[in-house]
Amino acid sequence: MPDGEKRLQGQVIVAGSASGDVLHATQPLSFWGGYDAASGRITDTHHPLAGAMAAGRALVLPATRGSSTTTAVLLEAIRRETAPAALITRGVDAFLALACVVGQEMYGRSPALIAVGDDAFSSLADWPHLKVRDGVLTPGSG
Amino acid sequence: MSRESDTVRLSAFDRALLAGEEGAAPQLAMRILTRMAEVRGADSMLDIEAAHIDSTIYVGDAGLEFAERLASLGARVRVPSTLNVSGLDEFHWQEWSVPAEWAEKSARQMRAYDSMGTIPTWTCAPYQGRQTPRFGQQIAWGESNAVAFANSVIGARTERYPDLLDICCAVTGRAPAVGLHLEENRLATRVLRLRGIPEELAAADDFYPVLGHLLGPFAEDDPVAITGLPVIPEEDQLKALGAAAASSGAVALFHIPGVTPEAPTLRDALGGRGPVAVRDVKVADLRAARQELTTHAEGALDMVVLGSPHFSFVEFGKLAALLRERGAERAFAEEGGCELVVTTSRAVRDLAERAGLLEPLRTFGGRLMVDTCVLATPMAPGTTRRLMTNSAKYAWYSPGLLGSDVAFGSLAECVESARRGRVVREPGLWD
Repeated sequence: MPDGEKRLQGQVIVAGSASGDVLHATQPLSFWGGYDAASGRITDTHHPLAGAMAAGRALVLPATRGSSTTTAVLLEAIRRETAPAALITRGVDAFLALACVVGQEMYGRSPALIAVGDDAFSSLADWPHLKVRDGVLTPGSG
Repeated sequence: MSRESDTVRLSAFDRALLAGEEGAAPQLAMRILTRMAEVRGADSMLDIEAAHIDSTIYVGDAGLEFAERLASLGARVRVPSTLNVSGLDEFHWQEWSVPAEWAEKSARQMRAYDSMGTIPTWTCAPYQGRQTPRFGQQIAWGESNAVAFANSVIGARTERYPDLLDICCAVTGRAPAVGLHLEENRLATRVLRLRGIPEELAAADDFYPVLGHLLGPFAEDDPVAITGLPVIPEEDQLKALGAAAASSGAVALFHIPGVTPEAPTLRDALGGRGPVAVRDVKVADLRAARQELTTHAEGALDMVVLGSPHFSFVEFGKLAALLRERGAERAFAEEGGCELVVTTSRAVRDLAERAGLLEPLRTFGGRLMVDTCVLATPMAPGTTRRLMTNSAKYAWYSPGLLGSDVAFGSLAECVESARRGRVVREPGLWD
């Protein structure tokens, strides 16, 4: 199927429009000890995306893991504008959702946060870029 | 349904808070809580009896600005609320290489939470103090290891509250009625079966961090039952198990039939249902998990750190006995040893001091850090690159947070390694 016809409908957790290069991993990530809010890079040495720049990109993760400080780290990234442009998760991740909700309260901005379910989550591994609008994901970059 | 939320049935009190009738701080907190209740698919909110606030950790200006916003709006907690570690050993930070700007901001964040009528415990092990919750209580706790302990070992009921939400629950006294607050979600759905574990190994203090490390990825975020343990673990061992499992995974509730309060039997833990996944674990699997916790297998050390979660009174007793037994009467540094740091709470430090348990540590040149931990405050100079610890939580997070290599070992191995300034392994149970 040509890229132009691919389309995935996700559940909008926090609304937003965004596009970016896809960073996809099947392992969950703790943002505390795993995401550097100063640089927007992933720093968890246990994680396959370690070293990758996530700021401004579409970060696709099954969920967060571990520390309850994940939320504060993502909020700090939102404040510094080093957060991903879009966060795509398999199920609903309350830690990421909270950071996005408080980001809107405090700074009037947030990454788009979309839950896509098992099948769509797997298929996103093959997308180099994605665009999200109203919960619809397309592979475009622009 | 109320007009304030399309999906959550809010009480009259919830609506009053949302309308600002109790002030601007609970209004902001209830707005965030309502939104999160919708995200979680909650039908309603429930009353909580206590909170533990993890938002105290300074990780950047956003958390500080949130704390100061709430404080400036006059926030007061509505239930007894203990405070987790902060980003600073408030009265001793100058003994470490903490930058002044970090200290100033961390102290501001501490003052903001202090101003809300909270209990300034400054510890990640609030369940080992006087504010321990009771079986069946609805509570809103942050700090992943504390959540695992409260749910599993005590049988209190809490979700894994992230930073920022824990304080929203505390200033409203309310929480979304979801997840582990509800009885039906507390049954184990996975079973980890220990097979052929020698009693001696299961009694060892370094068995539990390793078991927890292995448990995390298996459990995902489901309640899990552990069977086949040949001994009754001690409180600090269960603490280490939960902290490890909540680092390598998102474990918030484990059951050990015959040990933890909601699981007299495996059948009770499972609620009579079949598990969705079962894993058999033998000594070889644990040995592999133990190796995963070490990135620095041998050679010189810069620092040995103990106390994540915060060292308990009982652990100080064990450490003191071990130090005396090892017989060294001089500071480690004089024998080519490395720095030894123990992180704990002010309350436990004071009790240990009165019981004479800190004296051996001082003799050996060991140091204490309170209110915080080596992961939450930038206390180590940039030259600290090689750590050793008996904590799976320290071992798990140090490479990412501190950029250091780490060796995991038993308490005895940690003491001996600190004394010699290099990784020392004691032949024994794992071989």
